[in-house]
Amino acid sequence: MQNIFKFLLLAIVSIASLQLVTAQIVEKAEKGAFVLTNATIETITQGTVKGTLVIQDGKITAIGQNVPTPAGAKTIDCTGLFIYPGMIDGGSTLGLSEVGSVSLTQDFNEIGELTPQMQALTAVNPNATAIPVTRVDGVTTTLTTPRGGLFPGTAALINLVGYTPDQMYAGFKGIVMNYPVVRRRPWGGDNRSDEELKKEEEKLLKQVNEVWDQAALYARIDSAARANSANPKPDYNPEMEALVPVLRGEVTLLLEVNRYNDIESAIKWVQDRKIKKVIFTGVAEGWRVADKIAQAGIPVITGPVITVPSRASDRYDKAYANPGLMHKAGVKVAIRTNNSENVRNLPFHAGFAVAYGMDKAAALRAVTITPAEMFSVANRLGSLEVGKSATLFVASGDPFETKTEIRHLFIDGWNVPIDSRHIQLYEEFLNRQPGAKK
Amino acid sequence: MKNLLFIIIILLGCQWSFAQPRTGSMLIKNGTVLTITKGTLENTDVLVERGKITRIGKNIAAPAGVPIIDATGQYVMPGIIDAHSHIAIDAVNEATNPVTSEVWVGDALDPLDVSIYRALAGGCTSSHAMHGSANAIGGECETIKHRWGTYNPEDLRMQGAPRTIKFALGENPMRVHGEGRSIVPRTRMGVEFVIRKAFTEGKNYMEAWAKYNREKATNPNALPPQYDRRLETMADILKGDIIIHCHSYRADEIYMLLNVCKDFGVKKVCFQHVNEGFKVAPELAEFGAGASVFADWWAYKFEVYYSTAYNAAILVKNGVVTSINSDSGDYIRHLYHQAAKTQRYGGLTDEESLALITINPAKQLGIENRVGSIEVGKDADIVIFNAHPLSIYAVPQKTIVDGVVYFDISKDADDVRLDVNPTEAFPAYYEELQLNHYRCMQGAFELLFGWMTERE
Repeated sequence: MQNIFKFLLLAIVSIASLQLVTAQIVEKAEKGAFVLTNATIETITQGTVKGTLVIQDGKITAIGQNVPTPAGAKTIDCTGLFIYPGMIDGGSTLGLSEVGSVSLTQDFNEIGELTPQMQALTAVNPNATAIPVTRVDGVTTTLTTPRGGLFPGTAALINLVGYTPDQMYAGFKGIVMNYPVVRRRPWGGDNRSDEELKKEEEKLLKQVNEVWDQAALYARIDSAARANSANPKPDYNPEMEALVPVLRGEVTLLLEVNRYNDIESAIKWVQDRKIKKVIFTGVAEGWRVADKIAQAGIPVITGPVITVPSRASDRYDKAYANPGLMHKAGVKVAIRTNNSENVRNLPFHAGFAVAYGMDKAAALRAVTITPAEMFSVANRLGSLEVGKSATLFVASGDPFETKTEIRHLFIDGWNVPIDSRHIQLYEEFLNRQPGAKK
Repeated sequence: MKNLLFIIIILLGCQWSFAQPRTGSMLIKNGTVLTITKGTLENTDVLVERGKITRIGKNIAAPAGVPIIDATGQYVMPGIIDAHSHIAIDAVNEATNPVTSEVWVGDALDPLDVSIYRALAGGCTSSHAMHGSANAIGGECETIKHRWGTYNPEDLRMQGAPRTIKFALGENPMRVHGEGRSIVPRTRMGVEFVIRKAFTEGKNYMEAWAKYNREKATNPNALPPQYDRRLETMADILKGDIIIHCHSYRADEIYMLLNVCKDFGVKKVCFQHVNEGFKVAPELAEFGAGASVFADWWAYKFEVYYSTAYNAAILVKNGVVTSINSDSGDYIRHLYHQAAKTQRYGGLTDEESLALITINPAKQLGIENRVGSIEVGKDADIVIFNAHPLSIYAVPQKTIVDGVVYFDISKDADDVRLDVNPTEAFPAYYEELQLNHYRCMQGAFELLFGWMTERE
C-alpha cells in the first residue's frame, strides 16, 4: 500500500516536473553581455561601421574593429547581416487596443472634449498580443497616443519590452490636442452643409481658446501661490493642471492637424499663444504649405504614409510623397503609422516615402534619430553610439525592403526572442498534424 | 430617306450600347518580363496587337504604325488582379434580408470613381467589384477592367467573365440580421441554416422548372412555377454557373461551408479574407477551394484576433490556390507590396508571391484563360515597373489594359477627376483611417454602429 502511495507521489512529481520543462520551452528575454561580430553597423549618426558591437548592462559599450570583448559575453555572429537602431514609430495606439471592434478593449478614447490628464501610459497593456508582433519586425519604440475630442490625453513613449508600463516607459510624454475638424459621417445620412460644419468647427476652436485662457489664468494663480504661501492655491482642476506645463514650456504639445488651411491657422495659433514646445502630428496636407511649416520651425510627425491622398483632386501619390516634400522644404520630419495592430509596417511607410521621392538617409532618420530628438531621448535612443541604450535589431538587409528578415532583437538591453503569436501559429499550422485525414 | 436616317440612328445607337472596349497595339521593348506562368525572360520584347499579346521574344520588329515602349532596365508583368474590392460601385450592401441573391453589383457600376485611376497607378488592371458582407448570401458581383476615362458603366465590365456571388459568414451577417434586426442568423448555427435553406429552396425551384419543362411538351395546360429571381440565382449556383466568393474568417465556419457545398454538389468556391484559412488549409486544398486573403490585417474585430501574417504562406505550401486582395481603395494601389509581405512572412519565392496577385486571383474569378500572365493570346493587361515589383522601391510606370495605356507616370496629371464636386469639403483622410477595415459593411453601418460617431 505504501508503495502504491510512493508510486503515485512519484508520478505526480514527474508530471509536475514535466510541466515545468514544458513551461521552460517558452523563450524569455535575457539581459547580459553580448558581442555582435562581423556586422555592418548602420549607426545613423556616425556612418556605417564594419565590425563588432558590444552590449553590456543594457548599453552599447563599443562599436568598431578590434574592440575588447567582455568576459562571458555571448557572441552572435552577424556575418552578412546589418545592425540598425530600433525603429521609433511617432504615433500609434499600440497597447491601448486589443480588438478593434470590441469597445471594451479600446483604451485610447475617454469621454469628453477636455481630458488632457488621461494617461495613455496607465492603460498600456504590456501583454497586448500586438506588442511582440510589432517588435519582431524591428519597431522597438512607439509613441502611444490617446485619441478623440479636443484634448484626448497624455501620450507616452514606450519601449516594446517589459511587464509593467513603468518598465516600458521610454522617457517622454506629450499632451495631445486635436485641431478642430468637423466632418460629415461617411456613407451618407449626414446632410449638414459646408457652412454648418464650418460653424461647428469655429465653435470648437472658440472652446479651445477658452480652455487655453483658463489654463493661463490657472497658471498665474498657481505661480502666485507657489511664490507666496499667503496667496490662495488654485482649486483642484486636473485638466488645467495637465495643461499648465505646456503653457510653461515644460511639456510638449502634440498638435494633430491635417488640412493645409488648418496647418496655417495652427501655426499662427501656436505663435500667438507663444507655445514653446510643439510638434505637429498627422500633417496630411503638409506638402501644400511645407515652406510655412519650415519657416515656423515646427517639427512634424506625419503618417500614415501608405494611404490615399486626402482629396479626390490630389495626385494619386501625394500621401506617399508628403514626407519627402516636407523634408525637402526644410521641415524636420518623423514618420508614424497611426495604427494599432500593424505598427510593424513602419519601415514600409518609410520605404514608400523613399520610393516616392524622400531621401533614403532622411527616411531612415525619420524612424530613428529624428523622433528621438523630438522626444528629447536622443541621448539614449535613435542611433548606435557608445553609451546609448542597446535598442537595436539585426537584419538580413535593408530594413525598408519587404522581404528583409529580422534575425535578432535587443530592446533596452534585453535580448528579445524573435517570437509572436503570428510566428507560433505558423509553426503550429504549417504542417498541421493530423492533416486532412484523421 | 427618312427610313434610311432612322436605320442609321438605330445602328448608331446599337453601336453605342454594344461598343467594344477600346484596344491598342504596341511593342514593349527589352524589358525583364515576369510572365508568371513561364518564368522570367530577360531583355525580352512583348508585342501587343489590337489588345492581345501576339508575340513574346527577342528582337521583335515593330509592325508598321505600332508604337514602341522602351522598357530597358524595367520590369514587365501582367496587370495586377484584385479578387476583392468595392471600388467603382455606388452601392455595396442590400442589407435588408439574410439572402439577397436577386441583386447584382453590376447594376451599380460607377465609372467616375477616382479609385479606378488610383488602382491603375498601382498597377492593378482588373478587380472583382463585390457585394458587401451584411448578408449570409449577398448579391452577384462584377469582374471589371479598369478602363478609366469612360462615362459609360458598360465599358467597365469584363465581358465574358463568369458570374460570381458574395456569401458571408460570421460576425457581419450575425450583427446585421441577428443583433440588428432580431432575425436568424444570430449565431454561426443560424448562418449555416440560412445557407442550407436557400440552397434547398433553389434546388426545389430548379426541379419544379425541370418538371414543368418536361410536362409542357405533352401537356399544353402545364402551369409554370412562379418566376423568382432570388431562386433563379440559387439554382444557377447549384448548376455550377456561378462561383461563390465567401467572406469568412474562422476555421469552423470555413469548414461548415465546405460541408454544405459538398452536400449540395457545389464545387466552385473561393473563400474571401479567410484569416483562419491556415487552420483548415488541408481541407481547403482537398476540396479545391480558393483562398483570397489579406497580407497582414488582423485584430480589427474578434473573429480575426487569432490571425497570422503567415496565412498566405501556409495556404500556398498546402497547395491552396491563394490570392492577396485589397478590400480597400488604398490597398488596391499597392498589392505588389502586399504580395511581397509573404516573403517576409513565410519565405515565398518571387514566383509564388507574384502569382498571388496575378494568375491565382484570375483562377479564382474564372478568367485565367484571358488574364493573369504574359502569354501569347492573352489580353494585353500589363504593368511596367521601374524596379522588381516585390521591392519596396518599385513604382509602376505604365499600366496598360487591352493594349491601351491608361496610366503613364510621365504624363500623369494632378487632378484626374471625371466628376468634379466643387464642394468637396474634407477629404478621405479620416474616413480611410477609420473605416479601412469596414468597406465590406458599407450601407449597413447607418443602421448598426452607434459607436462610429462623427468625431471619433
